[in-house]
Amino acid sequence: MNKLLIGLVAVITLAAWTTKTQGYKVGDKVDSFSLKGVDNKMHAMEDYADAKGYIIIFTCNHCPYSVAYEDRIIALNNKYAPLNYPVIAINPNDPDLYPSDNFKNMKIRAKEKGFTFPYLMDEGQHVYPKFGATKTPHVFLLDANKVVQYIGAIDNSTDASGVTKKYLENAVDALRNGKKPNPNYTKAIGCSIKTKK
Amino acid sequence: MKYLILMAFLAVRLSAPKQVPVFTEFQPFQQAHLENLHPDTTYIYNFWATWCRPCIAELPYFEKFNEKHKDEPYKMVLVSLDFEDKVETAVKPFMERKNIKSDVVVLADGKASEWIDKIDSSWSGAIPATLVAKGDRRLFFEKSYETYDALTSDLLKIDKNE
Repeated sequence: MNKLLIGLVAVITLAAWTTKTQGYKVGDKVDSFSLKGVDNKMHAMEDYADAKGYIIIFTCNHCPYSVAYEDRIIALNNKYAPLNYPVIAINPNDPDLYPSDNFKNMKIRAKEKGFTFPYLMDEGQHVYPKFGATKTPHVFLLDANKVVQYIGAIDNSTDASGVTKKYLENAVDALRNGKKPNPNYTKAIGCSIKTKK
Repeated sequence: MKYLILMAFLAVRLSAPKQVPVFTEFQPFQQAHLENLHPDTTYIYNFWATWCRPCIAELPYFEKFNEKHKDEPYKMVLVSLDFEDKVETAVKPFMERKNIKSDVVVLADGKASEWIDKIDSSWSGAIPATLVAKGDRRLFFEKSYETYDALTSDLLKIDKNE
């Protein structure tokens, strides 16, 4: 009887927890998506036949936190795309609310900075809610099976010179060595993603 | 004598330009603002930044609340997360332009992954966000406010059992 009760409480607690928190958790498999990039082409994870994982980064033009990380995101892709862990950047914002995040300005920014990775527009804002992204930048590292292995920050310092913990790189390196990232969840300040009412 | 001290205090308060303390590390901010709180005072911390549009949009509601409750035990602190090099070029000019009356501090500790949970474990790190503290009670709202009533309703929850 006691066991049954404990089991019941656990199920109820779990149900309450899953309904409260939205979006993918570590261990969840991610659905496919296809979004238009600044090269005017559609991009999907399936485009990468040899991928051993995917570094999905929700980012944008207008947010100073995103801008502070641009060079680091480029460096990440340059380091990890050749190792079959490509960066896929997605702008989740509604361009009507932030004109600097519209498709034209995404193209301009990608060109200015020389983005070496796809920079995609979450047209209609359907993809970011599935991930449960709440801000930019917000990172989701997936393994070869598109299962989430790490969620959170790129590193532990907005100011690049102050970085002492490279969370994302450590997580990718863990996957490359057949290990689970630790930590697999970190937090950072970011610009909240805006949706039209 | 007491009266004189009060007068002097008021004079200083009225004439001095608004100070903007800058915390480049979380711990001193925590000590100054989150510890040893007066048990009967409601503390309201709004996390914002000059570049954050929804933050700017809701600031007038916080200002209005602060003004309305200025003679009551409320303490409002607008915690700017602007970068340290923007204090003089963005934060202070903004405060002057908007005539911000509430206290403003800048929390410029870039190692946020190490302090976000110390504000509230439910916080994803997105701004705007608001922490309400009274005694041992804490309420945290990771959202933006579209109306003054919506803000008031949340802020006053600290005195209710909900």
